[in-house]
Amino acid sequence: MTAVEQANKLKARFGDLISEPSEFRGEITVHLTDAEHIADVCEFAKRELGFDYLVDVSSLDNYGEDPRWTVVYHLRGLASGCELRIKTGVSEEKSELPTVIGVWRTANWHEREIYDMMGIRFRGHPDLRRILMWEGYPYFPLRKDFPLAGKPSNVPEVAFTQISPMAGGPFVTVAGGNDSIAREPRVRIPGTDAAELNARIEARADNKEMRGQAFGPGPIEPKSSKP
Amino acid sequence: MATTQDIEIRDSAARANEAVDELRDMQGEKMVLNMGPSHPATHGVLRIVLELDGEVITKADPDVGYLHRGDEKIAENMTYTQFIPYTDRLDYLAPLANNVAYALAVEKALGIEKALPPRCQYIRVMCCELARISAHLLGLGAFAMDVGALTVFLLTFTEREKIYNLCESLTGARFTTSYTRIGGVARDLPPGWCSAVRTFLREVMVNLNEVETLLTRNRIWVDRTRDVGVISKEMAIDYGLSGPNLRGSGVEYDLRKALPYLCYPDLQFDIPIGSVGDCYDRYLVRMEEMRQSVRIIGQCLDKIPGGADNQIKEPVNVADGKIVLPSKDRVLSGMEELIHQFILVTQGMNVPPGEVYFGHENPKGELGFYINSRGGGTPYRLKIRSPSFVNLSILPHVMQGHMMSDTVVILGSLDFVMGECDR
Repeated sequence: MTAVEQANKLKARFGDLISEPSEFRGEITVHLTDAEHIADVCEFAKRELGFDYLVDVSSLDNYGEDPRWTVVYHLRGLASGCELRIKTGVSEEKSELPTVIGVWRTANWHEREIYDMMGIRFRGHPDLRRILMWEGYPYFPLRKDFPLAGKPSNVPEVAFTQISPMAGGPFVTVAGGNDSIAREPRVRIPGTDAAELNARIEARADNKEMRGQAFGPGPIEPKSSKP
Repeated sequence: MATTQDIEIRDSAARANEAVDELRDMQGEKMVLNMGPSHPATHGVLRIVLELDGEVITKADPDVGYLHRGDEKIAENMTYTQFIPYTDRLDYLAPLANNVAYALAVEKALGIEKALPPRCQYIRVMCCELARISAHLLGLGAFAMDVGALTVFLLTFTEREKIYNLCESLTGARFTTSYTRIGGVARDLPPGWCSAVRTFLREVMVNLNEVETLLTRNRIWVDRTRDVGVISKEMAIDYGLSGPNLRGSGVEYDLRKALPYLCYPDLQFDIPIGSVGDCYDRYLVRMEEMRQSVRIIGQCLDKIPGGADNQIKEPVNVADGKIVLPSKDRVLSGMEELIHQFILVTQGMNVPPGEVYFGHENPKGELGFYINSRGGGTPYRLKIRSPSFVNLSILPHVMQGHMMSDTVVILGSLDFVMGECDR
């Protein structure tokens, strides 16, 4: 049975909840319109359609669109060799959907990672803690509005964002005398246009005090040194 | 006159369970033991919080993330080609295989994976299998050393050194190879490389046989590994294990056979599987996989289009100026090549909007890249499905009920790399 036939079976069972299967580069994707049913759909896909192996769960931040989050499940049937991708949208206000740990236990760490990186919660997860970042870290770093250079945080000793010891010194600075962030601005902040960004970068480059500091979306207060 | 005497030693998993039963009534205060993040047997920076009742593990809670560098965030902020060096640092014991996996994922998004020149495919397969031998040699050496067989470590590291030399002459770097490019490889095989590989294949087989005599029938080794860390077939699939750990549990699943890519369909090789799913089976599977890799590389050397020195100038890159950088002399003399070079360097190649997932059979298991593109030269989202991360998630299940001293055996047999787990 091909993946398209499997997807159509899924559609026959769940009706309008499942979109028409779409194909790109030989991969079949279906959309689930209501994320609340994800556990039922996965349960059916595993028991009836033979998708016994959950390859991966990942998440997308569609910044500026609604729904903001997309959770992507990648299913595989080891016996049939079929692969199917199920995507479902989750709104920013809700940021929550049911867990699929009851279907595949491997979902445990995948869901913890999504919670850690994007801040989407999984209802019914027995142990929804941060996994890659440390406990108590206040941000969700894979969100599109989180800058690449990081953000200062107020958690003492643990989540520090201080100027690196050599920043602005003779070794990290070469041609032009600017530090590497000013020379190669790699932060892309949605909603800020290029001209404004360039102006801020130039302002940074001129201002000697600001060199080497984390380059976030807003003006950053100079952090007071450790008491 | 020599006499033989049978000594019955029951397997340690049963011993552990029995210990739990015996001690249930007299259970006292449990002790929490912190193992890692810098413990020699955790092969990097894995931390496990163990809850012990005497010497029996009642609960194990792995704590990962000490090596988290935000590779996925970084990937969203650079072109596809710029990310290749970051893939070296995922499973840093097999950088060549990571390079190939990443390149294949981007090529799938571009829709050019079928257009790869045959010579490039053979070179990439040889790279992957060399990386597999290298990673398994290290995994095995460190595993045996943790259990107490130090000699094996010396033998396997001698062979790894030879693979590093081959990497150096092929890519210019011993460790962080960054060898593949999107649409091909950085350079063709250097002169004399193929004969050097043949010599290596002969030598590594001798060495593997020696390791085999040291371990496979060694009573201490067998006692320490057999029936320890048993993972059943159903559990292995449920927890999403992949690679040798999945096959050690008796699931005959290898992406090279199941969802073939590159020139693997043209090559003859077998998939070894275990029968019990214990640490000993995982060891045997890895041993045999190395032999099969030697077999694959031997066939590649015989079959590679253009031969060892490529005198008929078989291409190693796809002929598409919008994907592969043109040669420097053409850039300096031709207008079109100059434009291509300029666009590729400043903007990167244009990947059409869409999403792909490509899973690659890496030494540690299935290394997958999920690429979500909205057009342009940078991925909108790049998710790395790292085998070590998924393989480690079974630890709480598999550790429970074992003796404290079995921890290093189980960790060694799962063969993980934290660089890849934490990304």
